[in-house]
Amino acid sequence: MKTPTILFSTLLFALTVTLFAQSGDTLKLKHSYFEVNDFVEDNEGCLKCHGEQKYKLEDSNGRIVTREMHHNRFVDRDMYYTSVHKSFSCTDCHSYDLFEYPHPLDAMIEEKLLCMDCHGYDESFAQYHFEDIEVEFQESIHNMDEFSCWSCHDPHSYRAFMRNADDIEEAILYDNQMCLSCHADFSQFMLLTEREEINVVESHEWLPNQIAHFRSIRCIECHTEINDSILIAHKILPKTEAVKNCNECHSRDSRLMHTLYKFQIKEERKAGFANGIILNNAYVIGANQNVVLNWLSFLVFGFTFLVILFHAILRILKLKNK
Amino acid sequence: MATVKIYLYPVWIRIWHVINALLFLLLIFTGLSLHFSSADFNLLNFQASVGIHNACALIITFNYGVFVIGNLVTKNGKFYRKWRKNLIPKLWKQFVFYAVGIFKKEPHPFPITEKQKFNPLQKVAYVFAMYLGMPLLILSGIALMVPDMIAYKVFNVSGLIFYDVLHIVVGFVLSIFLLIHIYTCTLGDKPGTLFKSMVNGYHEEHE
Repeated sequence: MKTPTILFSTLLFALTVTLFAQSGDTLKLKHSYFEVNDFVEDNEGCLKCHGEQKYKLEDSNGRIVTREMHHNRFVDRDMYYTSVHKSFSCTDCHSYDLFEYPHPLDAMIEEKLLCMDCHGYDESFAQYHFEDIEVEFQESIHNMDEFSCWSCHDPHSYRAFMRNADDIEEAILYDNQMCLSCHADFSQFMLLTEREEINVVESHEWLPNQIAHFRSIRCIECHTEINDSILIAHKILPKTEAVKNCNECHSRDSRLMHTLYKFQIKEERKAGFANGIILNNAYVIGANQNVVLNWLSFLVFGFTFLVILFHAILRILKLKNK
Repeated sequence: MATVKIYLYPVWIRIWHVINALLFLLLIFTGLSLHFSSADFNLLNFQASVGIHNACALIITFNYGVFVIGNLVTKNGKFYRKWRKNLIPKLWKQFVFYAVGIFKKEPHPFPITEKQKFNPLQKVAYVFAMYLGMPLLILSGIALMVPDMIAYKVFNVSGLIFYDVLHIVVGFVLSIFLLIHIYTCTLGDKPGTLFKSMVNGYHEEHE
């Protein structure tokens, strides 16, 4: 055995920290994990620490300390094994060197993979237009230092909610949470920008029925530019360019049909309502006019008006003939 | 020809009436603006319409309370409570008068007296408008003003859709009532006689 290897092994042995996940004894790997992933046990090499809020370290002298896992380094097993990357092994994206502890510095500072490294320019992902998304991101105000796809889309938990939206309210909540995790949490926000703290409620005070709006639409409905080629627009606009004209949504040609409901507009009308798909989730004054009632009201109004006009003319004629 | 003057419209009724009329016109205008809002053309700016519509709605609700309480504590309420016997034939008689008799200069079948301010058709229309239409309009309007507090589902339909359609339908029916109401007010001795009554409080009729 070569000297450096012996030295390294000895040092490693001396410093070996035996890692125990705090809840290791109670840890239960769910059956559902194995249904979607062939590397569950391998992944436990990482998740026994990174899958716990706290973990224990023990050195060769038997000293044990408990450490808190930083939330940016924490991976929730349930969320991971239901995310878009649920079938992945940790080492699909991370270096094998990270199996060592303490983690080697080289492995720690190696450049992370980004979405485009796997999804870009690949026929199997062509339908999602990742290339267009990248262009949109580059033109977005989010295109700044330290900001990447992962800033919003945690690869360990991201779920493609909108694409498979059965419950659109839940999808809206999920999407808005992505924005609010920074824009409503200054401790996160300040990591990426020098800007002052934003109070989302105060900055949207002009919006009537604020709760109803926040619950029924996503932030990006007003804060992005419409792009019909991708499912979810990624060009986040400066706040001065955000939609503030109510009629953009509250009209027959509602913006919502090009954003939130763009891929569901086949169900054009429901019970005579224009933009009927919106009715599954909300009611938008102006956008959801009932076409049948509109016509009926025109007929009734027209008929009443004609009867009155006829009556009035007859009265005038009778008066003249008197 | 002698002119009979009956004091039928006390000051509080006249003030209530003019406030109600102006607010109702504003509510129709802003309501139409909201309902038919478009990115290209609006009767009025959407936000301004919401503001004016809500403000007018609150005032007209208060004004409606004045009307209801006023009718409970003054003699005016009896005009809405006491009903003629054999109403249906009388409604028909009044209808025939409007449709035919009025052109033959026939006398009014139910002339206005101190005891009967309304003819049968008027009475039915006013009672339905004020004691059914207005409460429905106000309640559905309040529901739309606080959409977060209303029932998620009403009769298995989205609460928002239910209240909005109810509000629009009742609002439309009352708008038609308003149109007919204004026209029938020209059917006095002279086209302006009944409007004058609502200004000075006296109903005038030639004997």
